[in-house]
Amino acid sequence: MEPKTLFDKIWDAHVVKQVEGGPNVVYIDRHFIHEVTSPVAFLGLEKRGLKVLRPEKTTATPDHNVPTINQHESIKDELSRNQVEALKNNCTKHGITHHGLGTEGHGVVHIIGPEMGLTQPGMTIVCGDSHTSTHGAFGAIAFGIGTSEVEMVFASQCIMQPKPKKMKIAVNGTLKEGVTAKDIALYVIAQISTSGGTGHFIEFAGSAIESLTMEGRMTLCNMSIECGARGGMIAPDETTFEYVQGREHAPKGEEWDKALAYWKTLKTDEGAEFDTIYEYDAADIEPMITFGTNPGMGAKIKSSIPTGDDLSGSDKISFDKSLEYMGFNPGDQLEGKAIDYVFVGSCTNGRIEDFRAIASFVKGKQKAENVITWLVPGSKAVEKQIIAEGLDKIFEEAGFALRQPGCSACLAMNDDKIPAGKYSVSTSNRNFEGRQGPGARTLLASPLVAAAAAVTGKITDPRDIM
Amino acid sequence: MPIDKFKTLTSPGIPLPIENVDTDQIIPARFLKAVERKGFGDNLFRDWRYDSNNELIEDFALNNPKYSGEILIAGKNFGSGSSREHAAWAIYDHGLKVVVSSFFADIFKGNALNNGLLPVQVSEDFLTQLFETIEKDPKSSFEVNLKEQTFENKATGESVSFEINPYKKECLLNGYDDIDYLVNMKDEIEQFEKNR
Repeated sequence: MEPKTLFDKIWDAHVVKQVEGGPNVVYIDRHFIHEVTSPVAFLGLEKRGLKVLRPEKTTATPDHNVPTINQHESIKDELSRNQVEALKNNCTKHGITHHGLGTEGHGVVHIIGPEMGLTQPGMTIVCGDSHTSTHGAFGAIAFGIGTSEVEMVFASQCIMQPKPKKMKIAVNGTLKEGVTAKDIALYVIAQISTSGGTGHFIEFAGSAIESLTMEGRMTLCNMSIECGARGGMIAPDETTFEYVQGREHAPKGEEWDKALAYWKTLKTDEGAEFDTIYEYDAADIEPMITFGTNPGMGAKIKSSIPTGDDLSGSDKISFDKSLEYMGFNPGDQLEGKAIDYVFVGSCTNGRIEDFRAIASFVKGKQKAENVITWLVPGSKAVEKQIIAEGLDKIFEEAGFALRQPGCSACLAMNDDKIPAGKYSVSTSNRNFEGRQGPGARTLLASPLVAAAAAVTGKITDPRDIM
Repeated sequence: MPIDKFKTLTSPGIPLPIENVDTDQIIPARFLKAVERKGFGDNLFRDWRYDSNNELIEDFALNNPKYSGEILIAGKNFGSGSSREHAAWAIYDHGLKVVVSSFFADIFKGNALNNGLLPVQVSEDFLTQLFETIEKDPKSSFEVNLKEQTFENKATGESVSFEINPYKKECLLNGYDDIDYLVNMKDEIEQFEKNR
């Protein structure tokens, strides 16, 4: 048998049909929906007089728009409230499980899927959200789709996709202290740029990747879209199986044994070919932070902003425009720059491990007076766990406020907006102009770097004050 | 919904020589709150078209009266970022039928094609020439022929061919969409489910 990659094994097992001269018709095992990209798909479905073909394969939760304080009250913003209510009504009408605001199962869609065991190795998983790539951490093919495709999944449990090319990114060696999965992500994107992965599906491999926890793997796969890739994935191993076993929707008993036997076959065969391969040494990775307006504009925290002297034409125009927006000068040192806000949360870094890292860092320290911090758990389950472990007390003593679950300031669709001109060290995934509010200036970083900035009020290498 | 049939068009181009134009620029998240596909065109490039006091920024290309037409010509890696189809809707609903760039983000490209908006990928050199042509004469026009898969710069007479998936090309030319196709495959899909 011809050696196959992990990606090929799963993809080929889901192709219902190869359209002549066209895309593959791909069967979808798991579909997640939220309030922003689903309403028009439901409308389209109804206009055609169709029903949801397999409602049991779709799970819904409102996350993008929801407030992160006083969630027991009615949502004040009328448009947000309409969207959140439309999701609930559409789910009721079509028999889709819906984890509403304030309920036990509520949270950011990419956080609750894995928590509930809905995300499993070998699956095809889609959602009308680009960070669906998160679920690839389990050895699944998971990617973001548009609303037309959401409608396709409703109507047929399939979508039409050309088969992407395959990329392998290997990181070998041991990560230095203070270096996290987020730093690997920002490092890789800085190397290959925000378009380096376009047209590809990435498999992350190598000893540094294998050493990551499931939370870390989710952070890394989550960010794979930021280098332009359709998604990223990691071969399932004992770490994966241990995480999945016993969760609500995980297979049980004999079903578990059968599933496990299959999951153990999900790895790239020796000799299987990739279209593109990158290899990095874990020892070269340092805590990272971004200085520009796309996630590829990142640098080691102890370094300087590039001068841009080697750029020309539209590259130079874009670079200058970006630094002007950020209020930075080419060649500036990153360390020591004053910041105003710290946001911890999102589908990138809103899991329990992220809050544990922050708690252990800030314990016994105090938040800088001029900094406003928003700690937003990724789900109700994360929030409960924070409280169960007493992390909320540590946060409180250090001067940090814990909010309620949602996407929050990652994309600022709710009231959690960073004011124009203010600097925000954020554990989220995008530093685009206006992403965290009109005029907001975002510096992407790991939870540790964010915590260090919250304590000192400026860009700080967390290793210096650990 | 069935999409509009794509017909050969000749039009001036609107230049946006900026790289990595992301979906948050095309349509900021705070304008994604509608539950119908309505009004997105008004908020296309909202934060580049309007300043913080909601005043029109007059020299931004989409506001500048010297530029017109149904073709947006943009720097490389257009449409990166989120999967929001609202980005394709906003561009299309604003009256644009074609986006030309030297590189497109995958999800945006798929969303555009699903809505009758044609992404035309050209070489970086050719893209630079297009910007130069428009700078010389904003009224100079370009011809997009999907059937022949050609894009012509009328001012220079140079014509280049562009790639498109043959299935997607048929869909655009005839106004078909994928949902009709998939719904007609119901028996095959059910058979697939049984055989797993």
